[in-house]
Amino acid sequence: MTQSVIVQVGQCGNQIGCCFWDLALREHAAVNQAVLIDMEEGVVNEILQGPLRDVFDSKQLITDISGSGNNWAVGHKVFGSRYQEEILEKLRKSAEHCDCLQCFFVIHSMGGGTGSGLGTYLLKVLEDEFPEVYRFVTSVYPSGEDDVITSPYNSILAMKELNEHADCVLPIDNQSLFDIISKIDLVVNSGKLGTTIKPKSLVTSSAGTFKKWQEKPFDAMNNIVANLLLSLTSSARFEGSLNMDLNEISMNLVPFPQLHYLVSSLTPLYTLADVNVPPRRLDQMFSDAFSKDHQLIRADPKHSLYLACALMVRGNVQISDLRRNIERFDCVFFKIIYVYCLRQCSRVLRRPLCKF
Amino acid sequence: MSIVTVQLGQCGNQIGFEVFDALFIDSHCPQRLSSKRENEAYQASCKERFFSEEENGVPIARAVLVDMEPKVINQTLSKAAQSGRWKYGQHSSFCQKQGSGNNWAYGYSVHGPRHEESIRNLIQKEVEKCDSLSGFFIIMSMAGGTGSGLGAFVTQNLQDQYSNSLKMNQIIWPYGTGEVIVQNYNSVLTLSHLYRSSDALLVHENDAVHKICAKLMNIKQISFSDINQVLAHQLGSVFQPTYSAEGSFHYRRNPLGIDWQIRPPLPGLPSLSKMSLNKELHFNTSIANLLILRGKDVHSADLEGFKDPALYTSWLEPVNAFNVWRTQRAFSKYEKSAALVSNSQFLVKPLDMIVGKAWNMFASKAYVHQYTKFGIEEEDFLDSFALLEQVVASYCTL
Repeated sequence: MTQSVIVQVGQCGNQIGCCFWDLALREHAAVNQAVLIDMEEGVVNEILQGPLRDVFDSKQLITDISGSGNNWAVGHKVFGSRYQEEILEKLRKSAEHCDCLQCFFVIHSMGGGTGSGLGTYLLKVLEDEFPEVYRFVTSVYPSGEDDVITSPYNSILAMKELNEHADCVLPIDNQSLFDIISKIDLVVNSGKLGTTIKPKSLVTSSAGTFKKWQEKPFDAMNNIVANLLLSLTSSARFEGSLNMDLNEISMNLVPFPQLHYLVSSLTPLYTLADVNVPPRRLDQMFSDAFSKDHQLIRADPKHSLYLACALMVRGNVQISDLRRNIERFDCVFFKIIYVYCLRQCSRVLRRPLCKF
Repeated sequence: MSIVTVQLGQCGNQIGFEVFDALFIDSHCPQRLSSKRENEAYQASCKERFFSEEENGVPIARAVLVDMEPKVINQTLSKAAQSGRWKYGQHSSFCQKQGSGNNWAYGYSVHGPRHEESIRNLIQKEVEKCDSLSGFFIIMSMAGGTGSGLGAFVTQNLQDQYSNSLKMNQIIWPYGTGEVIVQNYNSVLTLSHLYRSSDALLVHENDAVHKICAKLMNIKQISFSDINQVLAHQLGSVFQPTYSAEGSFHYRRNPLGIDWQIRPPLPGLPSLSKMSLNKELHFNTSIANLLILRGKDVHSADLEGFKDPALYTSWLEPVNAFNVWRTQRAFSKYEKSAALVSNSQFLVKPLDMIVGKAWNMFASKAYVHQYTKFGIEEEDFLDSFALLEQVVASYCTL
């Protein structure tokens, strides 16, 4: 079984990472390796005082005090060179704990200073030190209404690094996540489905009690990203009738080396209490996977071109269901060149279907 | 005469299990129509062919399981052990931790040489257990990375090491609508390499088997397990022992003694107490056909339809191209059953389609960097295309 090391950089990265571990531990007793990096202590300290304090120990953390001041240059050049050795050492240690290390997941934001600058500095370091290990980057892009003034500069500078040193990038933006939450909230509160929704099945809920999302909006949004990451790695952890591994994602979805940005979407956003999913509901899930409302980044592929597409399916879905739906999409996409086939994996566990 | 089976990749291992299960269940199926002696001879022959004996009586499949990641092999081994009927050898499997990533080049150029010796030793051990080896049966898919790439490498190895033994590859043709985006590349590379090192390619299309499940068997929610079982059933009815001569009690017929490319029938599943033979409305020209009949009334079956010269190419007499093997012992629970293995133009259309799609992708050089990373250059692709075009052309001129 292959393992991954999660590297969470900056405030955003660490908050998402925290939600990820929350969910991962719920699903799975074994702990993957993690390295937590932040140039100011606030977020990491909060993690260490929260319910996950037993999961991490101080050997996996790297912190500083002053932060990067939303400046990519500080994160990349100043902190990069200052902490390179220490970071490398922690990464090597984590890698040693792994039986078979397949992938580094780097989680960060593009708009800030640490996540963006130091996060992308790390990519070069990882490439040099562990050339055979994949580098999957989950990048939170700034939305239209972003509160960091320097975020455009930070993002562009980071993009260059992502282009050259990442194997695969999953861009995500806050506005899309927020829209998804609003959608869920609308459905939940409208009373249409009422008590038939399983409370913890929302793609936004955490392992703890079901909190109303207004209290901590980023929690719900971070949970969506965490769900995505979990689904990505699920095939490596569980059995299935047609497995798909991380290296297969990279192989099938990256036709040219620099075109490695994947638009992701998740469905369903919640599960009804009735576990037996009737075929029409399943078909609806497939259509939703291709709808812009379920995407984690603003993009409109239907009016552009799909280069490649992959479907990861979890739960009680058989090959005939998948084929039926693929054939449905064939006629929608036939005008689009180079749309290839969808790849699927199915397994017996929870529900989300994600599309890349 | 024993056959050593090599199961490669997720597909190969999943199917391999179903095949051995089908063979075992058939050989132990209670027979009303054959005599006891006949049945025992059949069982003994089947056993010798596919299983070897263990101390406590549980037969061990003559198989080597290979995969580059452990999950599927573990599942297969435990399913076999749990069934209680038969099992795989304790040390007959080889796996690594990280898969081939659907990359033919990785399977062929990296995993192949790296694990060549270990796999060879495993196969050697299995071969030594056989009194007389009739050949190898290699089960693999074309679309993935391990089955296709490593499969091609292993077949080549077997060709070098056991050049006198027959090698038959069971290849799974992927769904036309696709399972893996680079499946066409993987298929083209696999076929061109196998063409040079294998003696026979037995082809099963996922689409065709899926149709059988849907239309003939009326299964509503078809799973891979259903598909694999149908496949195993077809293979079982071809590979189980058959008489070597009329009226003789010796099942010695070499099951792999067919030395042309063969292809199994499309919807040809038999039903209880009805003899149903495969009949296409317009005929694809065949080079050779082999019909295997089992069960009641095998000797009185009317086979004139198969001797129609329209079925065969003009440079062959039907009598030379058509073979029939008859066995009175029925297969599984079917009173009468028939299996048709044919080498004909069936393959032209799917092959042409795959080559066409792969060529389109290659024209834009999409995904090629993933292959050149591991040593498969553009020339290798071009060679493969050329070879397959030649095969298509040869079949078309029949």
